[in-house]
Amino acid sequence: MKFGVIVFPGSNCDHDAFYAVTANLGEKAEFIWHDSASLGDVDAVILPGGFAYGDYLRCGAIAKFSPVMQAVRKFAAAGGPVLGICNGFQVLVEAGLLPGALIRNRGLKFICREVRLRTETTDSPFTAAAQKGQVLRVPIAHGEGCYFADDRTLDELEAEDRVVFRYLDNPNGSLRDIAGILSRERNVMGMMPHPERASDPLMGSADGLVVFQSLIRGQATQPRNSADIEAIR
Amino acid sequence: MKARVFVSLKSTVLDPQGQTVRSALNGLGYHGIAGVRQGKFFDIALAEGVTREQAQKEIETIAHEVLANPVIEEYRVEILD
Repeated sequence: MKFGVIVFPGSNCDHDAFYAVTANLGEKAEFIWHDSASLGDVDAVILPGGFAYGDYLRCGAIAKFSPVMQAVRKFAAAGGPVLGICNGFQVLVEAGLLPGALIRNRGLKFICREVRLRTETTDSPFTAAAQKGQVLRVPIAHGEGCYFADDRTLDELEAEDRVVFRYLDNPNGSLRDIAGILSRERNVMGMMPHPERASDPLMGSADGLVVFQSLIRGQATQPRNSADIEAIR
Repeated sequence: MKARVFVSLKSTVLDPQGQTVRSALNGLGYHGIAGVRQGKFFDIALAEGVTREQAQKEIETIAHEVLANPVIEEYRVEILD
C-alpha cells in the first residue's frame, strides 16, 4: 500500500507519519508538497500535524486554499481514504470535508501529553482492525483542539455512528468528549491525538498503529472503486 | 477607501480568552465588569478606482470565505472613506 503524506509549509509531523507507515509497517509512502495539483498513485492520504502556513488567521484557514487540497477533495469524493491528524484535522474541518471546528482549548494551555481514547466505532477504514470499546494510549499536542459543533451536528454525528474516538479524560473541553470523527461516507477521518507518535514500543505506546493497520488491511481485503480513483489521476 | 472587518466568536461558542481577561479585570478590582468577549479586526486598504459598491460586495465575500469561519464566528463589515 502506498501512503501520500501531504507537506504544507509548517507541517512538522510529516516525517513521523512517514516513519510510522514505512519503517514500522513496511508500506510505501511519499511526501506530497502543498503546491502539487496531483496526488500521484497513492492509495491513502495523510494530512499530518504541525502548523500549516504558521496557523495564521485560524488553524488550517490558509491551507484549505492550497492546490493540493483540491486534489485531496477529489480523492475523497472518489472514496479514497483521507486521514487528518491534529493540524490535518483542523485543515479538514476548515476545508469543509468534516463538520464542526476546532477552537482554543478550554484551559487555554497548549497540552502535550498522553491521553486515553475509547474506540467508539469499528465501522470505518481507520478502525476496522480495532475492537469496539478498545482503549488506546496516544499522545496529544495542541493548543486548539477543542471540538465544537452545533447540537444538531453533534446529534447527527452520534446518530450516524461517526464519532470514532472519545477522550476518557477530556483534556481540552471538546464537546461530548469527541477526539475524532468521520465524514458521512466514512472515508475521511480527523483526529486530534497523534497515532503516529504511538507507533513503536520505543515511543512508550504502539497503540496508534491500529489506525494504519486498519487502512492497510482494508486496502488488501476490499479494493475500492479503482476506476474512480484512476479517473482522477 | 478602506474597509474594516470585525470577527468574533458566536455567542454560543466558548471564549476562554475573554473569560480569562474578565477574571483578570475582576482581580484588578474592576468589579463592574460582568463579561468580556474577545475578537479581532482586519484593516483593509482598497485599491484606487474600486467603487464603494464593489468593495462592499467583495469584502463581504472575503469575510465569509476567508476571514471568518462561519461555523464558529460572526463578522461585520464596515466600509470607511
